[in-house]
Amino acid sequence: MKLAFLSLFCAALAGCVAPGAAAAEQFVPLLSFRVGPYAATGSAIFGAYIDYLQYINEKEGGVNGVRLVWEECETEYNNARGVECYERLKHKGGGASVVMPLSTGITYSLIDRVAADKVPLVTIGYGRTDAADGRYFPWVFPMITTYWSQNTAMIKFIGQKEGGMDKLQGRKIVYLYHDSAYGKEVIAIMDEQAKRYGFVPSYIPVAHPGNEQQSQWLQIRQVRPDWVILSGFGVMNPTALKAAAKIGFPRERVLGVWWSGAEEDTQPAGDAAKGFIAAGFNVAGQNYPVVGEVLKYVYDRNKGNMPDRSRIGTVYYNRGLVYGIITVEAMRVAQARYGKGKALSSEQMRWGFEHIVIDDKRLAELGATGFMPAVKMSCTDHEGSGKVRFQQWDGKAWRVIGDWIDADRELVRARVETSATAYGREKGLNPRDCAKEQ
Amino acid sequence: MSELQFFAEVLTGGLLSGLLYALVALGFVLIYKASGVFNFAQGAMVFFAALTYVGCLEKLPRWTGLAADSVLLVWLALLLALAAMLLLALAIERLVLRPLVNQPPQTLFMATIGLAYFIEGLAQGVWGANVRGLELGIQDVPMDWVLDHTGMIVSRFDLFAAGVAATLVTGLALFFRHSRVGRALRAVADDHQAALSVGIPLATIWRIVWAIAGFVALVSGLIWGARNGVQFALTYTALKALPVLILGGFESVPGAIVGGLIVGASEKLAEVYIGPWVGGGVESWFPYMLALLFLLIRPEGLFGEKHMDRV
Repeated sequence: MKLAFLSLFCAALAGCVAPGAAAAEQFVPLLSFRVGPYAATGSAIFGAYIDYLQYINEKEGGVNGVRLVWEECETEYNNARGVECYERLKHKGGGASVVMPLSTGITYSLIDRVAADKVPLVTIGYGRTDAADGRYFPWVFPMITTYWSQNTAMIKFIGQKEGGMDKLQGRKIVYLYHDSAYGKEVIAIMDEQAKRYGFVPSYIPVAHPGNEQQSQWLQIRQVRPDWVILSGFGVMNPTALKAAAKIGFPRERVLGVWWSGAEEDTQPAGDAAKGFIAAGFNVAGQNYPVVGEVLKYVYDRNKGNMPDRSRIGTVYYNRGLVYGIITVEAMRVAQARYGKGKALSSEQMRWGFEHIVIDDKRLAELGATGFMPAVKMSCTDHEGSGKVRFQQWDGKAWRVIGDWIDADRELVRARVETSATAYGREKGLNPRDCAKEQ
Repeated sequence: MSELQFFAEVLTGGLLSGLLYALVALGFVLIYKASGVFNFAQGAMVFFAALTYVGCLEKLPRWTGLAADSVLLVWLALLLALAAMLLLALAIERLVLRPLVNQPPQTLFMATIGLAYFIEGLAQGVWGANVRGLELGIQDVPMDWVLDHTGMIVSRFDLFAAGVAATLVTGLALFFRHSRVGRALRAVADDHQAALSVGIPLATIWRIVWAIAGFVALVSGLIWGARNGVQFALTYTALKALPVLILGGFESVPGAIVGGLIVGASEKLAEVYIGPWVGGGVESWFPYMLALLFLLIRPEGLFGEKHMDRV
């Protein structure tokens, strides 16, 4: 009885002192989509993102003891809902650390808002390419690799396959794209590359949603290209692969962008997808230590977010882990400067993102060697890498082919700066002096 | 390949696609004939039916111990998907339509919009959001004989799908023209109250028609799912049906097939021959423009009934 009273007294005492000694928390709002047209993509990426945050909590008790907390808001990939979710969550839990909407449309809708609210908007593998110039876009981070970088790396890959960039002279490349701002984004840079290397580009749009492509592939048959670059999303991708098979175009010569190269794109196409090659800033597979760690610390404790464990290790799942790694690395970097074990403000988080350095040594520590490229961020460079790796679908799984390929950074950066400067002029912005902001 | 050959290839491909549009449009026609309303939920029904079929294929081996490649499994999954569509039809009649008897068509139309959202959510909630492949055992590859003799690509799968669509449309056209249910259907579509007053069992007719529409949705879902994968985009097939209905007439089963052929052929030809002049991407809006022009000339469609209202 005495023991029971003692326990009660201790518990009460603990309850009294708890608020003062409560562990700090870092809030991450999640503008996710798990229903609607792009639910397959959203559920895997956001599921993995949550798994990684959970993994840090389980393994390390948070980032230096700061536990990660999050709240999801369903956007259904809809711009208006995305903005509503952002407004609803931005002040919660002491304020949003970072926003990752996983939608170019929502990104564009939030660019002015995040600048006013001072919240980092991190858009890995989508969003506005010229925002890579941090002098004009201090709050936007189109990290790792942008569409422009991806396209230049794809042309390099084709050059490698043809036996050298000089062999591109006279080659025909069809760019089959989703008829939207996303699909059109690289046309100008492709034209520039065509002039430089002498290949002949043809641009063939596919109207949304892209579930009918017969006429486009009959046109491709007329053009007789050496390569087809597929820039699609959702149902457009398997439809393209099936249509390619129908006209007998070799899938080994169809190159997909990273929103065309997931299991969700190849599995519905069946045998027609065999041989298809796709770019990525992350690879597929469970045989990376980081995936194994998540399985051990999260799924073995029944705390995983994915109801279907077979999706762990897919391209989109692993992409979500990359999003998680980047978020947590920014927190570690910022805490190293502003105080370990303390919750960070959004401005401190921005500093963290701008000073991320994930070199080969750090990649090995993270268990992500070969899983994602090395990243080095700065005030001026909000992209940080520009590397792309290619994978080929063998009929059942993705197999990595070759090493990371660098984008044509010189070409891309020049265009980024020109475009960002024009944006700055239009908005009346003064560029940041990055030399002073160290 | 000569220009003429290329034209013939595009045209043939368009006509075959058109028959697939007709298949989806058929579901709309049935509901319109029974309740005088454009069923906004038809695309969602196609998605739900296909997802239920592949979902059963995935789960049944675990539940029954049957081998994943067993023929029995396929039939069982098909039967379960059909049963699910039947249940859905009964539930729609009982919970959505019955309370709305004698309400204006706009009210029923609004109800089908809500129904579409419900069915989409239900499908993904029950079976998950994963994209699945679907194999019907017919390869989507060119027919060698046609390729060798004409140089044209005609897909074996497209030809099979067109055959299924044509058979279904013919069968249903005959059924509704010569059966009692078909005649009762026309009375129900004209006036709910008048139909009830002459002893037509409105609830039964609705149940039958929604169940047949569910069956048509399942067939459409299987064919479109085998073509592009079973995913949310199946709901978009409904977008192709609207211009087909405007052209063919909302109440006509043969109209759906003629409308489908016109839409399929014209959109493909427009994409190839007009597309390059206007920056491409014509396929999505061209059928609607065609339908709009048609509305100005013949608002009831090619085979639709001309309505005369006393004022």
